[in-house]
This record gives sequence, structure tokens and C-alpha cells, in this order.
Amino acid sequence: MAPIISIKGLQKTYDSGHTALHGVDLDIEEGEILALLGPNGAGKTTTISAVCGLVTPTGGTVTVGGHDIATDYRAARSMIGLVPQEISIEPFEKVMNTVRFSRGLFGKKRDDAYLEKVLRSLSLWDKRDSRNNELSGGMKRRVLIAKALSHEPRVLFLDEPTAGVDVNLRKDMWQLVRELRADGVTIILTTHYIEEAEEMADRIGVIDKGRLLLVEEKDKLMKSLGRKQLVLELAKVPDAIPASLAGYELELEGNRLTYTFDTTAESTGVTRLMADLASAGLKFTDLSTRQSSLEDVFLSLVDEGQQKEAAQ
Amino acid sequence: MNWLAIGAIYRFEMSRFFRTVTQSIISPVLSTVLYFVVFGSAIGGRIESVEGVSYGAFIVPGLVMLTLLQQSISNASFGIYFPKFIGTIFELLSAPMSFIEIVIGYVGAAATKALFIAGIIMITASFFVELNILHPVWMLAFLVMTAVSFALLGFIIGIWAKNFEQLQLIPLLVVTPLVFLGGSFYSISMLPPAWATVSHFNPVLYLVSGFRWSFFGISDVPVGISLVAVAGFFVICLAAIYAIFRTGWRIKP
Repeated sequence: MAPIISIKGLQKTYDSGHTALHGVDLDIEEGEILALLGPNGAGKTTTISAVCGLVTPTGGTVTVGGHDIATDYRAARSMIGLVPQEISIEPFEKVMNTVRFSRGLFGKKRDDAYLEKVLRSLSLWDKRDSRNNELSGGMKRRVLIAKALSHEPRVLFLDEPTAGVDVNLRKDMWQLVRELRADGVTIILTTHYIEEAEEMADRIGVIDKGRLLLVEEKDKLMKSLGRKQLVLELAKVPDAIPASLAGYELELEGNRLTYTFDTTAESTGVTRLMADLASAGLKFTDLSTRQSSLEDVFLSLVDEGQQKEAAQ
Repeated sequence: MNWLAIGAIYRFEMSRFFRTVTQSIISPVLSTVLYFVVFGSAIGGRIESVEGVSYGAFIVPGLVMLTLLQQSISNASFGIYFPKFIGTIFELLSAPMSFIEIVIGYVGAAATKALFIAGIIMITASFFVELNILHPVWMLAFLVMTAVSFALLGFIIGIWAKNFEQLQLIPLLVVTPLVFLGGSFYSISMLPPAWATVSHFNPVLYLVSGFRWSFFGISDVPVGISLVAVAGFFVICLAAIYAIFRTGWRIKP
């Protein structure tokens, strides 16, 4: 199936001379949740802004549902809902009116029954006649989401949806995203909370310094880049790691012996290590394994990217 | 044309206006009453009629124009500056709308508000002086063209302004003096010849003159020239807005 969003060689150099995007290629499949992960200033927001029409790209093409965002912007944009990073809503307007306004902007006929459904799903229905400036920060963010959903988009961009949001609301937000996905909405979210990407995403794109370093299915990514550690609590602390074990990637800290191995390697070496430990006379009282988190994966990727850059 | 989107902007802007309708109306009405008290009664009593029109009635078209220009500019400039200021402009830019549609929505609403207030000024004025409108259709035409053109100018100012001070700058520094010096309260035939010539470089003169002609049939410049001037101004503003949206100047990096 053709991707719902296809980004090819997307470039953006601002008038100041700063290049925010160095040719990003990315295909987004219909119905998936894609997380764009990267540090501040990596180009996440610029990518989203270019797709949504807030920023004019200086190179490359983007199609949404097959419609080019430059030549066929009406068709392209009407498929997209955008929740920006900053909370920007009309302060003196009532919630319902704000949402109706958004729907109208996207050229959709008034449909209060649909908007009621949206507001209820965001627990905003009771607040429909409140003014936006009377709402709490979390509520305002929900209003932004309601606005983005008001015109029944096929694709939803969430730019740092949970930045500065408390734990409960974050959980609600995740729940909402899952429900939307169940309705067939494609979701692209940016975040620098790795746990968020880990929790939500089907695929993860890592972006840094305007370059997409990698896009991979989350599970595969965790697996392929995931390293595992075996931690052994030794019964007796040796003076040093015995010479017979020099071939292993071992670290000794107090009574803890840590063995790091690659889960995807043909042989992890665990069985052999156990045998060698026994013959070296080392006894252990406990053992545990630890999977590296996406955070480690991410940091090592960004590190790699930086090293490559330094080498060039 | 995305008429639903234009309608959404128009309704949204109008609801903002009606939310504060008392404030919106009270201040122009009050200032008009003050002008009548000062110019019409206190000073006007000592001035002979101007070309056969009583001074009180003579200043009405000027007063209406003064308010109309101020209101069109301030409504339109604020209308587009505010979304820029609070960040909600992202929604306009991401909506499936062309720039023409955005402009029609904002400028249409701003012009409507200005015309509404101009109407109220005329009603207020009719309590002070007897108003006979010689060419009502032309009067309406001048009102609408002026309101739309200056709402376009206001829109440009709103896009250009980087802060609230700049938003006030052009209306205060440029428009108000031009209105006062554009024959709102006098006929330029009353001026020394040199100043009368200088006045012809003031675009507002053509507006006030044409508008006054529609009331009383008297004018400082031929009415045809007034029409051309208003139309020319309209085209210039439209071209400027076209350029703004094409380049994304100050709205879209």
C-alpha cells in the first residue's frame, strides 16, 4: 500500500542561514503510530511544520494521501490535524466556539454531534461553555487536540503532546492516541521522552541535527540495537578477573560481575561463560539480566552520529 | 473557494466584535458628540456656511470618514495581529485555505464592523444637524470602498507589526494627521493656495471630497478623480497583500 505521507529529500534552510533539515526521507504508513525522537533543535518541529504548511521547504517534496503539499495543498492539508507544541488558543473564546471555528477553517460543515463526541472523549464536554483562559494548562492542551480533531483528519501530528503534562494526563493522552489509532488515524508524534516512544510507537524515527538517523520498527530497533547484560552476584570477591575469562566482555564492581552481550549474535556466550566460571572456581549467589532501554539505544545513535560528523 | 472557511473567520471576528459591542460603539459615538459640541456648536456658530452648507453639516462626512478609516484599520490590523501574537495563526496557515480566503474573512469582518460604526456615527450626527444625502448610492459606494481599502491597509499593518506599539504607530502617526489635513473639517479652498496644492498630495482628501460630494454635491476635487484614487489605493493594498502571502513575509519562514 502506498504510504499516507511520503517525504522525499525535505530540506529547510532559514533566512538566518541555519539549516534545520538536511534532506529528510520518510514514508509514513497509514494507521501507524510513528514517534520522531530527538533532542531539542533536532528538526522534529521543522519537519512537522513543513508538512503542515507552516514553513516553506527549501527543497524536497512531500505528499499526503498522494497530494503534493505545494501544488495540491487543499487536499493535502484537509487530511491533517496538527497539535502544536506551544499552547496557543484564543483566550477569550468559549471552548465550543473555538472548536467549531477550527472545523470551519478546514471547510467542513458544522456538525455539533461530532464535536460533542470529540469533546466528550477528551473530557471537555462539561467545559464547552468555559472560556479558554479559564482552563488549566492540561485542559488547554486538550482543547488543542479537540481543535485538531474537529475536522476528522486522517493524519494527526502531535508535537510534544506531553511536554509539561502531569502523569495522569500523560496516561490519558496515551490512551487517547491508542483509541485514535484504533479508528484508523495515522499518528505522528514528536517527543524527547523516550519512554513515550517506547510506550506508544509502532515505529521510531531518530532525528538529530536535521538528519533522520534511522527509522525502524520499535520492536526490531530494541532487539537489533538492544544489548543485554547478565549480572552475577559473586559469593566471594576475587582480586581480579581470572585470566581464563579474559576473552569475555566482563566488568567487576565489588561482588558484581557484569557480562554484556548482544542478543542478536549467533552465540551469546552465556552457556560457555557459565562453564568457564565454574572451572575458574567462581561461585555466584544470584544472577539477573537487564535489557538496555530505548534511551541507551537513542543515546548511542546520537553519539554515533556525532562521531561520524566529527570524523568528516 | 473555501466559503465555509471564510464564513468561519468572518463569524469568529464578528463574535469578537459583538462581545465588546458596547465598548466598540461608545467611544466613537462619544468622540463624535464631542466634535459636534466643539466644532459644530462652539466654533461652527461663528463660521459662515461653507459653499451653502451649514458648517455643522459640512463636517459630518469628514467625521464619518475619520471614524471609518480608524475603525477599518484598527479592526483589521488587530484581527490578524492577535493570532500572530498568541500563536493561533498556525491554524490559519495549516488550514486548506488560500491567502485570498484568509484576507476576505478578516478584511470583510473588519470592514463590516467599520461600516456598522460609521452608520451609528451618521445616526448620531442626524440628532445634531439635518442631513440630506444627495446621492445615497454613491455615498454607500464610497463608504464600502473606503472601508474595504483601509481594512486591507490595516491587514498589512497587522502582518508587519512586531508589537502592539507598532500596531498603533501608523494609525496615530500617519492616518489621523492625513484625515485632519485632508479637508475633514474645512474646504481646502479656505487654505492659502500653496497649502491647497500640498493638500492634493494627501490621499485622504480624495476620499473626504468624494464622500462629501455624495452628501451635498460639493467637492474639493472632481468626483471622478476621487473614485480613481480610491480604486488605485485598493489595488495597491491588494498587490501588497499578494506579495506578502507569496513570500510568506513575517508570517511563514
